[in-house]
Amino acid sequence: MGHEHKLEILRGLIKFKSNTQKIWGVLILLSIVTAVEVVLGIYKPEALMTQVLSMKLLNWIFIILTIVKAYYITWDFMHMRDETKALRRMVVWTAVFLICYLVFILLQEGGYIEGVYSSGFVKRDF
Amino acid sequence: MSTTVVNTGTEGKTWGGGNEPLKASYGKMMMWFFIVSDALTFSGFLAAYGFSRFKFIESWPIADEVFTHVPFLHGQELPMIYVAFMTFILIMSSVTMVLAVDAGHKMNKTKVTWYMFLTIIGGLIFVGSQAWEWATFIKGDYGAVQTKGGNILQFVDTDGHRVALGDFVVAEHKDRTAHERKNGLWFVDEGTLPTYTVDEVIKGLESHENVLVRTQIINEEGEKTVLSRAESLKQIKENGKAVVEGANLYVNEYGSPLFADFFFFITGFHGFHVFSGVVINIIIFFNVILGTYEKRKSYEMVEKVGLYWHFVDLVWVFVFTFFYLV
Repeated sequence: MGHEHKLEILRGLIKFKSNTQKIWGVLILLSIVTAVEVVLGIYKPEALMTQVLSMKLLNWIFIILTIVKAYYITWDFMHMRDETKALRRMVVWTAVFLICYLVFILLQEGGYIEGVYSSGFVKRDF
Repeated sequence: MSTTVVNTGTEGKTWGGGNEPLKASYGKMMMWFFIVSDALTFSGFLAAYGFSRFKFIESWPIADEVFTHVPFLHGQELPMIYVAFMTFILIMSSVTMVLAVDAGHKMNKTKVTWYMFLTIIGGLIFVGSQAWEWATFIKGDYGAVQTKGGNILQFVDTDGHRVALGDFVVAEHKDRTAHERKNGLWFVDEGTLPTYTVDEVIKGLESHENVLVRTQIINEEGEKTVLSRAESLKQIKENGKAVVEGANLYVNEYGSPLFADFFFFITGFHGFHVFSGVVINIIIFFNVILGTYEKRKSYEMVEKVGLYWHFVDLVWVFVFTFFYLV
């Protein structure tokens, strides 16, 4: 088995010379993303507190940054980038589809129950 | 069985066998499929957490106020710092793992050994940190009063800073002692009794003019509602039922007990994954030292374990976001 690695990230914007170098590069990228998350989490800028799609903009940013991190961990640390297209789709599409489905149903239901509580049909604040 | 037909006449054709369309070995593929199923388990837990949170969106604890401690820095409010450190440790151990895999591809035994060793150390630091987080969370810091309806009433001063029960409540002599198996019904048990009773809290609150009650309800500014002095006394007197110090599966001084339940369950399940990852890493580490993979002429086992280890890191990224950030 030859172990060829695709050495470019960010759609070819950054191209590394060796696999080891790419690993350190990805580490720097992940650290930066985490640092941004932590700083935003501590200071919580007022401007990002607006509601977008029934959630705070800040929370959307956190979720998007998390998915970015998950992408680089899977693609570069777990070598998904070097696997065949079929294996990649089998793993990623299955998981993404099922997770989205589950999250949608549960959050929808949770929001509905919250509505029942807050519209006063059930008293629980005593 | 010399008469057995071994040739099928389809050798080299698509369905002749021996084809690897995914160009991955059986073991690696099965590790991927296990990871998919484990990812679904974790998403189930996190989605359930999201469900409960959406259900109690107006009263859910604010994580920034819960996880504020850093070891050796007592009394300082440093939200997120320690979790960020834990995240970095786990990412770092992922890096050493992927470096071990890379060294394995180059058949460099010494490097694989060292990188595996560093990965194990990183994993142990992470598990230790998580144990410390649990201990701090269980111990609690300010104490609160739980109402008949299960709501949590916390105490703040007029500036909005949290006030610990010990700062304004005086413990009096109590006749009630904790029931133990040895001095009562042998089949009945009860946990530790809180330091104070609700009556003592009421007395303390009456004699301290500057202490107010803070409810679980989140107001429009995203902060917990602080009651007026009269309201505070009324709430505690009418609805106060039990004093809560720290958190466990039944009560939680930071707010909804569900928050504590999910915290223990999800970080516990993840911590268990890290722990098993460390154990598996140690087994592989010894195999590397013994030269098992040199003899096998392939370090693919390191790669498979690496996949699992990265997955544990991947899950933590999500736990970090949904428990501490969002």
